[in-house]
Amino acid sequence: MSLLNICQLGIRYGDVVAVDDLSFAIDSGESVGLVGESGSGKTQTALAILGLLPATAEISGSIKFAGEEFVGADDRAFDKLRATRVSIVFQDPTQALNPYLRIGEQLRRILIAHNIAAGAEADARVIETLESVGLPDPKRQSGAYPHQLSGGMRQRAMIASALITSPDLLIADEPTTALDVTVQAQILELLDTIRKDTALLLITHDLGVVAGHCDRMLVLENGGLVESGATRQVFGTPKCAHTVSLLEAAPRLKQSIAPQPVSGKALLRVDGASVSYREPGYGRLHAVKSVDLALRKGETVAIVGESGSGKSSLVRALLGLVAAESGAVSFLGETLPRDARSRRQQIRRELQLIFQDPAGSLNPQMRVSDIVVEPLSVHEPSLDRRACRERVIRILEQVDLGAEFLQRYPHELSGGQAQRVAIARALIVEPKVLICDEAVAALDGTVREQILKLLQDIQGRTGLSILFISHDLGVVSSISHRVLVMYLGRLVECADGQTVFGSPKHPYTRALIDAVPVPDPEAGIAHTSLSGEVPSILSPPTGCAFHPRCAYAESRCTTELPAPTAIGATTVCCHRATEIDLQA
Amino acid sequence: MAQYVLKRLLGAIPTLLFVVVLSFLLVHAAPGGPFDEERVLPDAVAANIEAYYHLDESLPKQFVRYLSGVLQGDFGPSYRYRDHTVSELIADAFPLSIRLGVMAIIVGVVIGVGLGTLAALKQNTVTDRVAMGFAMSGISIPIFVIAPLLVLFLAVKLNWLPAGWSGSSGVSRMLLPVIALALPQIAYISRLTRASMIDVLGSGFIRTARAQGLGTYAVVRYHAMKPAMLPVLSYMGPAIASVLTGSVVVEQIFGIPGLGQFFVTGALNRDYTLVLGIVIFYAALIVLLNLIVDILYGVIDPRVRYR
Repeated sequence: MSLLNICQLGIRYGDVVAVDDLSFAIDSGESVGLVGESGSGKTQTALAILGLLPATAEISGSIKFAGEEFVGADDRAFDKLRATRVSIVFQDPTQALNPYLRIGEQLRRILIAHNIAAGAEADARVIETLESVGLPDPKRQSGAYPHQLSGGMRQRAMIASALITSPDLLIADEPTTALDVTVQAQILELLDTIRKDTALLLITHDLGVVAGHCDRMLVLENGGLVESGATRQVFGTPKCAHTVSLLEAAPRLKQSIAPQPVSGKALLRVDGASVSYREPGYGRLHAVKSVDLALRKGETVAIVGESGSGKSSLVRALLGLVAAESGAVSFLGETLPRDARSRRQQIRRELQLIFQDPAGSLNPQMRVSDIVVEPLSVHEPSLDRRACRERVIRILEQVDLGAEFLQRYPHELSGGQAQRVAIARALIVEPKVLICDEAVAALDGTVREQILKLLQDIQGRTGLSILFISHDLGVVSSISHRVLVMYLGRLVECADGQTVFGSPKHPYTRALIDAVPVPDPEAGIAHTSLSGEVPSILSPPTGCAFHPRCAYAESRCTTELPAPTAIGATTVCCHRATEIDLQA
Repeated sequence: MAQYVLKRLLGAIPTLLFVVVLSFLLVHAAPGGPFDEERVLPDAVAANIEAYYHLDESLPKQFVRYLSGVLQGDFGPSYRYRDHTVSELIADAFPLSIRLGVMAIIVGVVIGVGLGTLAALKQNTVTDRVAMGFAMSGISIPIFVIAPLLVLFLAVKLNWLPAGWSGSSGVSRMLLPVIALALPQIAYISRLTRASMIDVLGSGFIRTARAQGLGTYAVVRYHAMKPAMLPVLSYMGPAIASVLTGSVVVEQIFGIPGLGQFFVTGALNRDYTLVLGIVIFYAALIVLLNLIVDILYGVIDPRVRYR
């Protein structure tokens, strides 16, 4: 008998079908990947197993756990199933943990609710579990509030809360999506090592994650199962067209796909920019420290780094949204004032911006036509209505949206369509530079590929220069002429795309490359080359800021700041760049 | 933390000064004076009394004299209760008022939070609608209507409770005034609790707690109650102010010799020092209680940092 047996499961909200005729089973100790894009019904299925769907959901079919039927069961029955037999780890530990309760208390409540342990026995078990998930100093951490832990540590605590009752099945719903890339690998490895006899249902949009960690996989599309089988088999000979397109959209790091470098004079230059903020109680927080950057016509430059790397602050200084502490920004040879308000309107027009969350960056009360035309009314107020309308239609066509979108509101758009509207709004004033701040991070794989392709097409037609900010090297590898890698406010490596992906010179760049999960079950799991997490920018390590996490660090790395050195086509800040071999 | 408290206390000085100036001007702007009565005093006597109380001096001069007294903790003599200083009167009447006020707040919080939580858990059911309908009427009917109605039904018609203060003793005579004071608070707090509880119950960590197999009671008690209480706590400052204002009316209706009654008679009599003294005392009290509320906020929410 299977541990979990789902038969013809259907979940509907009125006329909207979330899951339709879904059947699968999980055996004890097995690890199964549930893959699909957003809206494919993955999370709905997970919530249905635990009886956590809202009351408005209509559920049909059967969910049997160890032979017991749970469709139509009451909360009392579910309370016995939850945690003791089936646990879940949610995507974002910042929201999934109670910010008002100490970590230890949250774990203790589970033991008490299920009459597993109480008092000192419960405390001991909490600390033991926290230790097993790799939380350093578990005694002290059990007394910490969630906000006092880093993102990775929070997710470890969340995993501890799921495993403290030794459940038979662990559901992990996108457990690494909200985390930094180098931490992602650590958490996946942790899930592999500590679940022992616990079966795993790993829900993810990332095929790379499934390839390394699941025996079997299920592919969902629009609430229905389109393919299932052993992971190797699905990757090797996918039967369904949807699986093929998912596989194609999975990020792969290949040297060969990075475009050829662009030559010519720099359009936009940043020289020695530093940005700092006043942080009450701490003094000054140095977000960016003397960073140089050059962007040529028709070139895409990627700025890559994890949280706290200063990539967003750098862009804000470049746009004049925060005043740089020192350094100069120049555009077409003209040095720009540090504050955007003192810049000429023409300059502001030339630098346009798109954001991560496409829906959030569009005013929900404006129609697409009004959203897109707005920059025109600022920068070309003399244009009459007819001309404006023509421009809007023309630019929407360029981002592959038809005139039928003109009257729509943002909530009537999909994520990809909303981001196209945001691009249209930025490009309608014909800027020379487009800045994309994590512009595809919130999008599904296939949509992400479409948007990247669109940006490349527009660049090919118009010679647009693109500054692309991302935390994920895999995303930028196919579009970047040059790549800048930042760590804790400093540039650590800078080279053309082909060189960076082909022969990285800085150990941090290598780690970022390794952290991209490879969508190939034969490749084996990329072993975590990085321990620990990004330190707080409030108290960065001395010397080379990367040394506490670096496998190659020696004594001088802890005291001396490495200067930028040119090695071939690469500029790298590492004392040992010439000695170490990072090819393997 | 100590620095924060000090900063807040220093910050209260301009507020209190503003209150003193404004109420001083308002009291003196009202027509008549403390010694105007139906029986007109002989000019010489009136001049004598005014000179004794320095009422013949110019307004700025009087203000400076009054303020320097207040700064030394002296609210001056009452113009009407000739044998008492204002400080004495406040010390006499305040314990009764604060007892009423505290009881009203406690009743308001306990019943309000209970009703609100119940309504949130039973959202959009009959229970929810009845509780919130009750709350709505509690908010919309003013206290000077509620109090006489309570007296009419519970005291006069049913004869369960005493109608007034004098002539009875013990807890029973406190009940009606406390209920009258607490009703609007129950109404407001239950609405606040319902809204914030619904909000909290929809958050991610509540889903986690339910996924961990915690029952409704444990979820509410250990996970939801603390964050849901934050808006209620913020409301405590205004709640105290509103109970103090309400007590002025309620003490008048039930004939309770509390600070509110002194305030009303003081205002009617142009008893400048008494009115000013009570206003300043209440203002300082509200400032202090608001500070305590803000500190408690940090106790509940560990992410709050005081600077």
